Amino acid sequence: MADTTLDPATMAAPQRAGGGPSMAAIVSPLLFFALFAGLPFLLGSGDTFVLTIASRILIMALAAMSLDLILGYGAMVSFGHAAFIGIGAYVIGIASEHGMEEIAITLPMTLAICGAFALLMGAVSVRTSGIQFIMITLAIGQMAYFGATSLARYGGDDGLTLWGRSLVFDTRLLGDTTTLYYVILATLAVCYVLLSVIVASRFGRVLRGINESEKRMEALGYPVDRFRLTAFVIAGAICGVAGILLANLTEFVSPAYMTWDRSADLIIILVIGGLGRLHGALWGALVLLGLEEAIPWLFSDILAPLVSPVEGGGGFGAWWQHVCAVIAENWRVILGPILVLVALYARGGLVTLLGREGRA
Amino acid sequence: MDTTLLLVQLLNGLQLGVLLFLVAAGLTLVFGIMDFINLAHGVQYMVGAYLGVVFLALTGSFLLTIPLVLVGSFLIAVVLEHLVFRKLYRASHLSQVLATVGVLLFITELVEIIFGPQLYQIPIPAFLDGAVPLTDTLQYPVYRLVVIGLGLMLAVALWLAVSKTRLGALVRAGATDAEMVSALGVDVERLFLFVFAFGGMLAGFAGLVAAPIVAVEAHMGNQVLILCFVVIVIGGIGSIEGAFLGALIVALVDTLGRTFTTDIMKLLVDPSAATTIGPALASMLIYLLMAVVLFFKPRGLYPAKA
Repeated sequence: MADTTLDPATMAAPQRAGGGPSMAAIVSPLLFFALFAGLPFLLGSGDTFVLTIASRILIMALAAMSLDLILGYGAMVSFGHAAFIGIGAYVIGIASEHGMEEIAITLPMTLAICGAFALLMGAVSVRTSGIQFIMITLAIGQMAYFGATSLARYGGDDGLTLWGRSLVFDTRLLGDTTTLYYVILATLAVCYVLLSVIVASRFGRVLRGINESEKRMEALGYPVDRFRLTAFVIAGAICGVAGILLANLTEFVSPAYMTWDRSADLIIILVIGGLGRLHGALWGALVLLGLEEAIPWLFSDILAPLVSPVEGGGGFGAWWQHVCAVIAENWRVILGPILVLVALYARGGLVTLLGREGRA
Repeated sequence: MDTTLLLVQLLNGLQLGVLLFLVAAGLTLVFGIMDFINLAHGVQYMVGAYLGVVFLALTGSFLLTIPLVLVGSFLIAVVLEHLVFRKLYRASHLSQVLATVGVLLFITELVEIIFGPQLYQIPIPAFLDGAVPLTDTLQYPVYRLVVIGLGLMLAVALWLAVSKTRLGALVRAGATDAEMVSALGVDVERLFLFVFAFGGMLAGFAGLVAAPIVAVEAHMGNQVLILCFVVIVIGGIGSIEGAFLGALIVALVDTLGRTFTTDIMKLLVDPSAATTIGPALASMLIYLLMAVVLFFKPRGLYPAKA
């Protein structure tokens, strides 16, 4: 496969997002951020349940977006990216155990530690490609996971409950769920802008060039591996920020944040939303995590009451209620086929559907 | 460390190795020939175990259960291939991951709905129940020895089938260059379907054989799936010999590692630190092994493609 990269057909392939950004690329993120910025007003005060779910969606969107830099733009399918969520969360958890809760100190610490771990992970993996890359990143991610389970002093398998949320310049700013929500949203927006700038820069264009034809970029004299490694470190550091936010949201840190299925979730979010677009991660996270909440709710609160059992129980009504309860419990039985349908019929992700509408 | 424990753990490792091989064989062929990443392959193993539970309850005979499970697993693989997987052979690896995770979630949850969250176990068949003395002090269950023997026989049979028969030649040719095989007039679609269904059948058989040893539950395939990916990457994708060698190495390193790492660590660091680090390090060993193998041999020990 690698030998065909120099053939004219591939060379002539159009640069993705080569010119100015399309209408969809501008409207789609604006719509997303407007929607989430307005959410607390729609909910009214006191509804922390939905706000917490929305916060989780935003945090997973941030993690998936950082993965998009290496997966979507750099074609590096990392199956260990959730390790950075875990490491970011553990920095907060361990620092809090030692009485350090100031975000002005733990944030740079997280960036440095996640960046260093990404440098290590990237150094052994960027030279490989395809399934070898997937498996090496999986291996390192699993090692990080087992490493976390061995931290007996910090909860081991069971995880670690924080003393409290991080301090922002010595104030308990994040204590309020709505404030934390807006901080998470603002962080996501800042990272979105930052990543958009990176992707549009010369660095981003070289990265895309490597994705399209590694040999061509090598022939042009670019140090391909160094560009890849740099992207890997940036992605790891940003994903660490998602870990900080998750630890603050749940006030809990656990090895479960970094299992391989969490990494698979990040990939699934990107594939659902669309790769190499950044805002694909936003919609992908909304759809995947939204479905996780919506399917059980749909069956237990909406569909089940539609038919009530006849007097004395039994009959179709009782059967219907039973079926709805079972599906609400095992909601993945609905999610599974939806994922299959997306894979079969929405290739390129949901935002391509949006893009088509925009051009029509 | 005493030699009886070492002997028992070697046998346990060998037994895990042949089970891993039976699951990994289908995975590596499907990946090698169709360039298809099937994360739902572990489901075939799990379904095989549940089919075993059902058919044993219906027939009451372990020997009758075996062919029924084989046929059932084969048919399920055929249905999955027809409904979903054949539409994805030309899709990107990421689409394949998404779709097969979808299938994995669906079947796992369906099994949980039907059978509930409780654990099942198949009793060891009466004619294989018992233990043979290996040394003066050590006995080893007959059933596990039979599993090892059966697994090794199947491995040899599979190797002969792939390397000596016409069908095997097609399979090997497919792993090297599927397009060329198709251009030579072979019905590739049928070849793909057969390889897929056969691989599913082997995984289902592994599930049945494992059911008297491990607890049968809906998520039992997930851990095996990850191990099998490690196995086929170490062995070389698309290669039966590689899958066999990889399965034995991974199983032995994992089994012996879990038994002895903590003891070895105790020689190096103080005992309390060893007991906390040991188990984590033991779990990491196979991944370290894979990283080392990939570093020196990126295509695995027995690469199928030239």
